[in-house]
Amino acid sequence: MPTVRIPTPLRKYTQGQEELQVEGATVSAILGALEAAHPGIRERIFDDKGNVRRFVNIFVGDEDIRFLQNLDTPVGERDEISIVPAIAGG
Amino acid sequence: MASFNEILGQVKQTIREVSVDETRARAKGEGGAAPVLIDVRERDEYEQGFIPQAQWVPRGFLELKIEDLVPEREREVILYCAGGTRSALAARSLRELGYTNVASLAGGFRAWKNAGLAFDRPRTLSPEQVKRYSRHIMLPEVGEAGQGKLLDAKVLCLGAGGLGSPSALYLAAAGVGTIGIVDDDVVDESNLQRQVLHNLERLGMPKVESARKTLQLLNPDVKVVGHQTRLTSENILEILAGYDLVVDGADNFPTRYLLNDAALKLGKPVVHASIFRFEGQLTTFLPDQGPCYRCLYPDPPPPGMAPSCQEAGVLGVLPGIVGCLQANEAIKLILGAGQSLSGRLLVFDALGTKFRTLKLRKDPECRVCSKSPAEIELIDYEAFCAIGS
Repeated sequence: MPTVRIPTPLRKYTQGQEELQVEGATVSAILGALEAAHPGIRERIFDDKGNVRRFVNIFVGDEDIRFLQNLDTPVGERDEISIVPAIAGG
Repeated sequence: MASFNEILGQVKQTIREVSVDETRARAKGEGGAAPVLIDVRERDEYEQGFIPQAQWVPRGFLELKIEDLVPEREREVILYCAGGTRSALAARSLRELGYTNVASLAGGFRAWKNAGLAFDRPRTLSPEQVKRYSRHIMLPEVGEAGQGKLLDAKVLCLGAGGLGSPSALYLAAAGVGTIGIVDDDVVDESNLQRQVLHNLERLGMPKVESARKTLQLLNPDVKVVGHQTRLTSENILEILAGYDLVVDGADNFPTRYLLNDAALKLGKPVVHASIFRFEGQLTTFLPDQGPCYRCLYPDPPPPGMAPSCQEAGVLGVLPGIVGCLQANEAIKLILGAGQSLSGRLLVFDALGTKFRTLKLRKDPECRVCSKSPAEIELIDYEAFCAIGS
């Protein structure tokens, strides 16, 4: 099952878990399943129109999905998905 | 017994000598890859001037250092001294070490200079500096020339806080000659858990002043310039103009976006880092290649979507680790050594002690870096994006 890496700012939705195993064959399916298991997380990643927010990036392996097939990017069993939001602390 | 002149004559028969004209042409890369040009004279001679692009390795250290400088035995090496004698003897030594393509400049530096060709003068280090920076100077990737670059460099540190503390300390220790610091805050007790530039005696003092005191005690070579202000579209271009590169340790989104756009406008590299609780992000943005901050995150989050450190907390050592990595990036950029993080986002998780590297790409549609610098307009996000610092 693919692994989803949850960034620190979103861990309050996953009871502090940093890594989750989530079923799904595309990025879209996996993030849908993530919301079903951890309600509220979707709103932090997507805007009202269902687009990934402009201060959040999603990577499959080390590639940004914006430069692959966006939310339709296929995900393999062993792939790691990273959600990487902008942080500003210094 | 043979006299010195007889031996020298024999040596010159066995080595290859090149003329000034040939050396000049070869150094420009005419007729194949440019050779490694090595000045084998003593310090006082070298300081009077040297052939541009030459590496300086005094005759007495040549055999010790040549393998670091020229690992490939078949690479062409041209040696020179003042008049062509020491370099001839040195050429023989290198041949004995297995270097197959070594030449000596006939007539040496004197002939070069008499031909009216250009020469450089090194940035000379004082005896104290040679001692202070000796561990740098020993590194072939730094050397005296690299240390000179550090001493000539002007770096602007954005913020004298969690990230700015370690980066400014290591930049000062490394001998970066001018360090500018932008911060409008004063030292508070709650800063001391991570902001190691400051201490209990500095409570209430402007951070730029506290930083100046600490850095100058560490290294009096460093000129510290305090900018006790907050960057805005009004002052940022003027402040940035005086520096070669920026180390971004700001604590808020409006400043980070403003910096990105202004740095692109002026063509300045930015070593970017940000931290949150146990997590750090680090990358380098170069003005003429690779992605910019807006290719990565096109717009800042709205208020409420991104809590600040004050609200969220941060592990004190985290900015220590990430800020040191920023200093490392900055020093490499100044030296022109190694590979920068341009096009790569390093994500550090302090709890798992895990580093991950993600690929960043330049967005051809990026609404800032796809424009020409003159067309870039600066935005003060504070007006509609009030995120507490």
